[in-house]
Amino acid sequence: MSRVLKLILVVALVLLSAVSLTTAQDEMRPYRIVVVTHGQASDPFWSVVKNGVDAAGRDMRVTVEYQAPATFDMVAMSQLIDAAVASAPDGLVVSVPDADALGDSIRAAVAAGIPVVSINSGSDVAGELGVLAHVGQTEYEAGLGGGQRMAAAGATNALCVNQEVGNAALDLRCQGFSDAMAVAGGAVSVLAVDLNDPTGAQNAISAALTADSTIDAVFTLGPTGAAPALLALEEGGMLGSVKVATFDLSPEVLQAIVDGNVLFAIDQQQYTQGYLPIVYLTLFLENLNTPGAVLIPTGPGFVTQETAATVIEYSARGTR
Amino acid sequence: MAAENTSKPQADERLRRDNPLRRILRRPELGAIGGAVVVWLLFAYLAGSRGFLTLSGAATYLEVGAQLGILSVAVSTLMIGGEFDLSIGSVLGASGMTIAILSTQFGWNLLPAIAVALVLSLGIGAINGFMVIRTRLPSFIITLGSLFVVRGLTIGITRAITGRTQVGGIKDAQGYDLAVGLFAHQYEVIDPARIPRPGAAPITADFPLSIIWWVILGALTTYFLLRTRPGNWIFGIGGDQQAARNVGVPVGKVKITLFMFTAAAAWLVSTIQVISVGSADALRGEQREFFAIIAAVIGGTLLTGGYGSAIGAMFGALIIGIVQQGIVFAGVDSDWFLVVMGLLLIVAVLVNNYIRKRASEAS
Repeated sequence: MSRVLKLILVVALVLLSAVSLTTAQDEMRPYRIVVVTHGQASDPFWSVVKNGVDAAGRDMRVTVEYQAPATFDMVAMSQLIDAAVASAPDGLVVSVPDADALGDSIRAAVAAGIPVVSINSGSDVAGELGVLAHVGQTEYEAGLGGGQRMAAAGATNALCVNQEVGNAALDLRCQGFSDAMAVAGGAVSVLAVDLNDPTGAQNAISAALTADSTIDAVFTLGPTGAAPALLALEEGGMLGSVKVATFDLSPEVLQAIVDGNVLFAIDQQQYTQGYLPIVYLTLFLENLNTPGAVLIPTGPGFVTQETAATVIEYSARGTR
Repeated sequence: MAAENTSKPQADERLRRDNPLRRILRRPELGAIGGAVVVWLLFAYLAGSRGFLTLSGAATYLEVGAQLGILSVAVSTLMIGGEFDLSIGSVLGASGMTIAILSTQFGWNLLPAIAVALVLSLGIGAINGFMVIRTRLPSFIITLGSLFVVRGLTIGITRAITGRTQVGGIKDAQGYDLAVGLFAHQYEVIDPARIPRPGAAPITADFPLSIIWWVILGALTTYFLLRTRPGNWIFGIGGDQQAARNVGVPVGKVKITLFMFTAAAAWLVSTIQVISVGSADALRGEQREFFAIIAAVIGGTLLTGGYGSAIGAMFGALIIGIVQQGIVFAGVDSDWFLVVMGLLLIVAVLVNNYIRKRASEAS
């Protein structure tokens, strides 16, 4: 028995110390910044955020550690934040998709004197949480802008495809989109899909389009919703006749914009959401510099057919 | 055995006293307790200087272990009885959302809302059990079905009532303080190992009440399994259902009760979560069913039924808590958490099999 246990212990020790050794480097500033987000690993959006975090860690010469729960689980995420706070980092970066569930953990970090920057979701609660700054876009306004563009392009009955049910930020996007469409006299219905199951999502979108032939626009809340939507349209022979727009970029989405199959993509430049907090926190730790405003917007920007071709190469290397 | 007996006069085999070491080796929870010590030592070595050994550190992995442990104790009991419940993660979400909607949308006091959620959860458990008995389909299939049905209903009904999938504001509901006292009290201890930054308040470690729920539930379940007649029935049903039925064990009733027990455990965890975080989410509890099963298996519970322990499941959950949180302290990207989890499951089963084989050969 003991031989087997010993072997396991040794292998585990070697593996873990190898991992921790590779992250240590000379000439580093003595700061450790922990990033805890809600981004599921299968969502390409969050890989770009992580690329931004890693690049800023290299550029600022600080240690960065990236954590996210395995599923969209706010209780698990609050526990990760608690562990991060207990490890007494020099700075903390969090996304806040559910302020009720995460607020206590974030306030505990602030109370312990750890400077916190929130990113991505949570612009509406950043002030009351006591964070240094919030780096991200305001979701409702971004959805509203998307709805206005969609209505101006002639959409009257749209489908809003939500790939991460439970994320308050995505609900706000659909809400803003619906409100803008309603002002223009259009209608919106919401469809929930599973971002881990693209085939299921494609079938759900196909079914919704078949069930209501008056749907003339599909608005997806991320690339993981856009790809199945495009496949569903292609299969149903509706590519081009049904307008598509999406939040956030991916190489596939950009190619579809170039080809004219997607009208526009709302870009919140998530690379900067990963990069800027590390810069701000380093400056705060070095100089006690603070950003001039709590809210530092990274979007919404709109990528259309004119700009897509240039953005495409950046997206391919994981920075857009 | 043969060597022992030739030197001594032949004693009645039923009265033979086992070597105490062998008896310990045969206990299903041994692997999990040893594993918890090994994993804890591992992270104490890797991340001891980075907060893992502080009281705040202990509070975070004990909280994870406690919430998962409440589930895994019930799941291991059901698995000893030879059945699976994949629906508990969904029941967790549905129960939490019931509390949230009744208290925030309909203005109920939290306590009756929590009671209704309990009745609902017990109902789902009873339906699961009844369906398994009636259809004679594997419980894997029945509860896989209810996993999706319950999750889908939770998402659909929540959106129909609130237009969203996430309901907050529970901290403003009536009866919140009493509910906190019952389910989510935090015992604050000033953490001597951590010095606050200049100007900040002293750092406290918050030990949640759920740890006590976990220990009590584990102790009661262990007593019930090992010292009562219905406890014995559960082992009997899991070992050989037909034989158990032949000696008069009410197999159907016991199984339905076991399914209600896992659902009730999901209700307890959902209540703890909703009260402590103040919001409910239609997706909450996703994959918890698998983590609870992994914890039970790490704890020495056999997938085929008839063998296992609640204490083992408690420690299995503690191992998962230590790994999940320890990775944060060690500064390893959480991308690797699932890898460690999967390997841990396989290693635990191998070690358990090995120990059991050696122990039964030795006797």
